[in-house]
Amino acid sequence: MARIMAKRRVRFTFPQSLITEPLIYNLGRRFEIVTNIRRADVRDNMGWVLLELEGDEDEIVRGLEWMRGAGVRVDPITGDLIEG
Amino acid sequence: MSHVKSLSCRECGSEYAVEPLYVCDFCFGPLEVRYDYDGIARSISRERIAKGPLTMWRYHDLLPVDAATALDMSTGFTPLVRARNLGRLLGLNNLYIKNDSVNPTFSFKDRVVSVASAKALEFEFDTLACASTGNLAGSVSAHGAKAGIKTMVFFPSDLERGKILGAGIYGATLVAVDGTYDQVNRLCSELADNHRWAFVNINMRPFYSEGSKTLAYEVAEQLGWRAPDVCVVPGASGSLFTKIWKGLNELADLGLIDSAHTKMHIAQAKGCSPIVSAYDEDTPHVRPVTPDTIAKSLAIGNPADGFYSIKTIEASGGSAVAAPEEEIVEGIRLLAETEGIFTETAGGVVISGLRALARQGKIKPDDLAVAYITGNGLKTQEVVEEVVDPVFTTPDYDDFMSSLATREERNGKRG
Repeated sequence: MARIMAKRRVRFTFPQSLITEPLIYNLGRRFEIVTNIRRADVRDNMGWVLLELEGDEDEIVRGLEWMRGAGVRVDPITGDLIEG
Repeated sequence: MSHVKSLSCRECGSEYAVEPLYVCDFCFGPLEVRYDYDGIARSISRERIAKGPLTMWRYHDLLPVDAATALDMSTGFTPLVRARNLGRLLGLNNLYIKNDSVNPTFSFKDRVVSVASAKALEFEFDTLACASTGNLAGSVSAHGAKAGIKTMVFFPSDLERGKILGAGIYGATLVAVDGTYDQVNRLCSELADNHRWAFVNINMRPFYSEGSKTLAYEVAEQLGWRAPDVCVVPGASGSLFTKIWKGLNELADLGLIDSAHTKMHIAQAKGCSPIVSAYDEDTPHVRPVTPDTIAKSLAIGNPADGFYSIKTIEASGGSAVAAPEEEIVEGIRLLAETEGIFTETAGGVVISGLRALARQGKIKPDDLAVAYITGNGLKTQEVVEEVVDPVFTTPDYDDFMSSLATREERNGKRG
């Protein structure tokens, strides 16, 4: 079956305890995902990174699950889309 | 013709043609409408505005839509009410309520949706859509009906029936997504990327959010062309808050008012107050939260304009205030019982926040203060069920007088 390559733009928010962990590096090693960082701000008490992920759709889903499991918040780059 | 020049990235300044785009391809920052202000300055005047319709479209020179395609549902030019009774209670001598709960679908969302749907028609989309938990869904559905185009609204399947009805009545296709809030988010952004559908708050967002500026223009005009000293605005994504500030500054830059000296205060519900937390921690970086509040229309845990809201507070000398959850209903009742205006939970948050700001001295007794009431109380009736407590009587004079006396005695004991 042909693999469907997908691109996904996401925002990772790191809690203080994970700021020094090389999680994006590990995401690229553990999963077949190309990570492409576009903008970031890392402080001593929190950090966020906007990036594009490219890879097999299922692999991206698995990778994001792994990031969430590690304690990183994953959001769409635009913030919340649902409005009241 | 509208006076729009281009779209530009709020972060890196990259420019784009006027198309249904919303994110900068380079840095993923949000795109914003850029105007030809010199052109606007040549055509706009107080007199020209005064000759316009008594709706938000009297300010079309400052909106990103061609006047000819504007979808006029008679949105806007809502009452600015002098609130003497509430003001007396709070120690505020110049308090006004901008009552935006009387728009066609009973919330301020009609302003943003009017602009977004007009733009969607200009771009020749065949479907109007949104992801919503209430007010937005109703507004999009009504505008879709008026424009005669297909409408789809997406919401989590556990949404209250009343809110679903408020959208369904206009003939929209209702999509109840069996999933979490995050999953609805994801589905809608994927659909927006892959279909020629105008999601008003996703791919139409740069245009949509400009509609909120009319809440600044109207208040300034209704005050006799001046900016208020203080504004108190409900905060969810922070878009309304930043756009009111933008609107006031545009009027000042165009010479329609003397100055935009307004202190901007944002009010959030305690159970979803990421912008207030960032303000309290003195950082512009807003940490996302998981909402847990009765103010559902403000339950945005990851506010798109959080960072810019903090910048607006800094630039204007305002602040951010959180309404304790138990005070939200109190705020609703206080406004209803003093001014005869029945607002939804977001309005309760604003009134509770207003009271706190007055107590803290952040609003001075003689400041000209405007509190924005953005939604109608009939939308969140379930939170004020306690007021359904009539005096029961038979149709007999004496029985009624005695029941009334019992009630007054009970109330007297309470008071």
